Amino acid sequence: MANQATAKKPGFLAERANFLDERVGVAGILKEFGRKIFPDHWSFMLGEVAMYSFLVLLISGTFLTFFFQPAMTDVIYNGVYGPLKGAEMSIAYKSTLDISFEVRGGLLMRQVHHWSALLFVASAGLHMLRVFFTGAFRKPREINWVVGFLLFVMGMAGGFTGYSLPDDLLSGNGLRIIDGMIKGVPVIGAYVSSLLFGGQFPGHAIVARLYSLHIMIVPALIIVLLAVHLFMVVIHKHTHYSGAGKKDNNVVGYPLAPVYVAKAGGFFFIVFGVIMLISATFTINPVWNYGGYDPSPVSAGTQPDWYIGWLDGALRLAPSHLEAGWFGFSWSWNILLPLIISLVFLFVVGAYPFLEKWVTGDEREHHVLDRPRNAPVRTAIGAAGVTFYAVLWAGASTDLIATNFKMSLNTVLTFMQISLIVLPIVAFWATKRTALSLQRKDREIALHGRETGRIVRMPHGEYIEVHEPVDKYELYKLTAFESFAPTLARPNEDGKITVKARMRAALSKFYFEDRVTPATQLEIDASHGHHDEQKAIEAKPAKKVATKKPAAKKSAAKPAAKKTASKTATKSAKAPAKKPAAKKAAPKK
Amino acid sequence: MSEKAKEHRYESGLAVVQSGKVSDPGIEPHRVRMTDKSEKLERTANRQVAALFIASAVGSAFSIFAYFAFPITSDLGTVRSNTLWLGFGITLGLLGIGIGAVHWAKTLMPDAEVYEPRHQSRSSEENRAAAIEIIKLADQESGFTRRKLIRRSLYTALAMFPLPAIFFFGGLGPNPADTLRHTMWRKGTRLAKDPYGTPIKASEVTEGSVFHVIPEGLQDLTDTKLEEKAKAAVLLVRVDPSVLKPIAGRENWSYDGIVAYSKICTHVGCPVALYEQQTHHLLCPCHQSTFDLTDGCKVLFGPASRPLPQLPITVDAEGYLIAQSDFHEPVGPSFWDRSAN
Amino acid sequence: MKNKRRSPFAAALVIVAGLIISGGSYAAANAVVKHSNTSQAVTQSQLEEGKQLFLANCASCHGKNGVGTSAAPTLIGVGAASADFQVSSGRMPAQADGPQMQVKPVQFTREQIDAIAAYVGSLGTGPAIPSADMTAANGDAVRGGELFRINCAMCHNAVGAGGALTEGKYAPALKNIPNTRIYEAMLTGPQNMPVFNDANITPTDKKDIITYLKYLDENPSAGGYELAGLGPVAEGLFIWIIGLGLIIGFTVWLGAKSN
Repeated sequence: MANQATAKKPGFLAERANFLDERVGVAGILKEFGRKIFPDHWSFMLGEVAMYSFLVLLISGTFLTFFFQPAMTDVIYNGVYGPLKGAEMSIAYKSTLDISFEVRGGLLMRQVHHWSALLFVASAGLHMLRVFFTGAFRKPREINWVVGFLLFVMGMAGGFTGYSLPDDLLSGNGLRIIDGMIKGVPVIGAYVSSLLFGGQFPGHAIVARLYSLHIMIVPALIIVLLAVHLFMVVIHKHTHYSGAGKKDNNVVGYPLAPVYVAKAGGFFFIVFGVIMLISATFTINPVWNYGGYDPSPVSAGTQPDWYIGWLDGALRLAPSHLEAGWFGFSWSWNILLPLIISLVFLFVVGAYPFLEKWVTGDEREHHVLDRPRNAPVRTAIGAAGVTFYAVLWAGASTDLIATNFKMSLNTVLTFMQISLIVLPIVAFWATKRTALSLQRKDREIALHGRETGRIVRMPHGEYIEVHEPVDKYELYKLTAFESFAPTLARPNEDGKITVKARMRAALSKFYFEDRVTPATQLEIDASHGHHDEQKAIEAKPAKKVATKKPAAKKSAAKPAAKKTASKTATKSAKAPAKKPAAKKAAPKK
Repeated sequence: MSEKAKEHRYESGLAVVQSGKVSDPGIEPHRVRMTDKSEKLERTANRQVAALFIASAVGSAFSIFAYFAFPITSDLGTVRSNTLWLGFGITLGLLGIGIGAVHWAKTLMPDAEVYEPRHQSRSSEENRAAAIEIIKLADQESGFTRRKLIRRSLYTALAMFPLPAIFFFGGLGPNPADTLRHTMWRKGTRLAKDPYGTPIKASEVTEGSVFHVIPEGLQDLTDTKLEEKAKAAVLLVRVDPSVLKPIAGRENWSYDGIVAYSKICTHVGCPVALYEQQTHHLLCPCHQSTFDLTDGCKVLFGPASRPLPQLPITVDAEGYLIAQSDFHEPVGPSFWDRSAN
Repeated sequence: MKNKRRSPFAAALVIVAGLIISGGSYAAANAVVKHSNTSQAVTQSQLEEGKQLFLANCASCHGKNGVGTSAAPTLIGVGAASADFQVSSGRMPAQADGPQMQVKPVQFTREQIDAIAAYVGSLGTGPAIPSADMTAANGDAVRGGELFRINCAMCHNAVGAGGALTEGKYAPALKNIPNTRIYEAMLTGPQNMPVFNDANITPTDKKDIITYLKYLDENPSAGGYELAGLGPVAEGLFIWIIGLGLIIGFTVWLGAKSN
């Protein structure tokens, strides 16, 4: 693309570009964004998967709206699907069948739409986990975490409203559950249910109402939130993983044009292609099997789509007989308790960045990601949260677990109830310990190098294992983190220790009581005296390198590394890495 | 800022500021790719990318071909092949472009990492000061702070303006009134088989069998059929009268061991339709609430709290099972003032 | 060393081949699992053989002459249909105690099963083995589907994929079950399955239900491969494991440096 008015006759594209630039100034925009740098890592693509799934949802959904009729009026089916011919059903269900069986490519589009919906929420969830475990939500990205969180919630809302549209037996029973839950809400429940369904359940209104939400409000909100989300990514620039050269005041990666245009643009086609492949070969939601909605029948294995599963699981795991009749009114704690727990869980997820920031009091901007091990308690909290969610999710398929693993349904459910409380604690503890151990291991490697498995005998008879120092890039990666220390509850200006201060002190202790500090250069240098000795002994028979003791501590690490590099020829890939790196990373000499 | 903020003064919060950290050696040196070293490999990559793009074009063309070659007829197998081949063609069309573009980027576009600076999100001090100036000026010019009356009346107006919407939403549905308390069952309504409405004789209900029941006449309703069915669905079972535990006040609600219970779960309303004829347990497939049919459908397991409501039944002169009355309590999930009156 | 990125094509080919092969074998399997039996006139020698077999294999639990013991119920009046169902499906003779009788390899020949059924049928009045005409899958699949959803789907699932009952019991899957056995199950209510007598589900209704189930057996899903008919849970697992797995594979390839 160009903007020039050269002597040559401008080409077709150049002319268009000129047209655009003279009207909207695209050249300036291109200049600003064309070479923006994006860091490259597979886990940074997860959010893109979600965004692309959403685009696929818009494309396939638009196609479906051309044929779907959200009406609940009764009709007699006279289409091609044999086992339903002559059956009474709603127009919504009939039009879903017609899309499936009478529109060329209609079933494919239905399956594309449904599979990409599942993928949208799944990839958004995975993206959230990546952001959480790497600490990408820290200042200045707290707001974007909340926006992303809202996107996830809207994804669930979009999914649920869509799930209910075909008006088949499965989705109808899903709505029935929603109706039952709403009725359980104190004071207003029965009224809200009547408002939602336009009278008694199931009524004739709900599908059209959910349809409005599904094709207008929910996608509109998702688009707005997505725009804000991306806008903030541009403002902040993408985070990068910790490593040599990656700083809080730079961004290392590849330019938007051409590399990321090709990679990210190509990736859209890959995501769409994978969805298309799955949709072409695997059935999803075969509505024709369920029949139209009728309040009397139900199918074994009546479950919601996966992203609502955890809420259904929460309902299933509530203990018996929780309902209370206080003051002559019904308090449906068997519904309210799961509801409250789910909402609290969501709230904690959404508010987590603010909680952590309050504890650490860290006001700096962070653009270099944490390795999960370097924030042991955060990682452990995440693991506990994932476990909690996973148990609730598994709770929604107790019946299938029971039949597929030949267990008693009752045992499975009781096991899940216990797991919901015990497993997150176990996960927290195990993860924190693992993270701390990994940190210690990193420290060990930074100080003493990697174990090589080569055993040598010292002149005085001692056997030692040779440790090979890591190169400076690796060394930096292993030590480039900060440890935090707990604080004490300090009195405020009135000399009082407030509850807030106490809480913060307690939380900071919870977070940072067990910690591993990164190895400093001083420590590393100190430990190298020992290593060089080994190195020298090892090296002697192979090459005649003098066993020189480190003269100056500063230079100790380098010669040792050099020797190793020259000796272990197989590691040649790392060998050229000895020259100080050029910032702009020119091709290696 | 006040004294209070003093403790938070350290920008790094609780982070331990360590001296003597390992210094950053800078970005790792670039490793040269094979395609940059060997012209042959570069040409190969070049051809691969082109081949992928051509494959994509072929795929797209194939899907158009498939659109016509695999039409849908009344045979469902044609739907399957239509879906499959159309989908395969499009898949190839999409993956060809995607994989080709990425392959191009990876093998032929520059692969040396570059960097650009990143700036703090916080505006510069001048900009902040300028912004404050603008706000102050706007306040001064409009008199927003000064003119209390205007300000407060504006707040009132803003608080009031969304309120009509609440009343509009009130029109979404009627007041449920007592619709939740009554079903279609009346004294003398015959119990009929779901879905066709054939009345059931007591003699037909043999031990161990289960009937899914609707009130006779329900099948002829038009507009309110599903709403009535959602409340009136009943499960009819005959058990050995000796295993039925007597419940005070309900001694004559059953007929010769035949009992009828609401099929609508008292948890969130799924049909509790699974009857185990040996254990006499009823199980809800949605959330696994289990009820004991022989003991007034008390909850044995699962999240439900209340027993399923029982429908008092008897037989008429012709031997058909009929209801003695409506249910004596609201069926289905609990609601706030369920136990009122 | 060399990065010939041919794998996408290879993968696609493998998938296509796999789909074709598995589709073919699926159809073949469908065709094989079909046999019918008819109720024959009972002969004296058959009764005698049945009695011998009964004494040798069943009487230890069900008692001499099928009067029942503390270990097993009486068989007087259960009918030939019940005996045929239990023995020809491999549930009887029972092996171990458990929440419910398991399907095992069938222990007897067709003739022996007929003999046992005839003998058990002679112990009292009970349902006979339905005739081939009664179980032929030539009824009304629309009615059958409707009746199936109301009377059967809550335990057996809308497409007969099976489901859980309480305390380790379960409703088995109904894929490719012989027509006669489906009929007998409805008629006799094995174990915790309720009885659906002819007043509840008429013989015509039963035929319709069988017709519907056979329709499901014979017509693979129009949308492609089914995930065992288990619905949203299977779909969710599929998208997480296969769908996201595939895409993460692509992201790793995309993010990895080329050689």
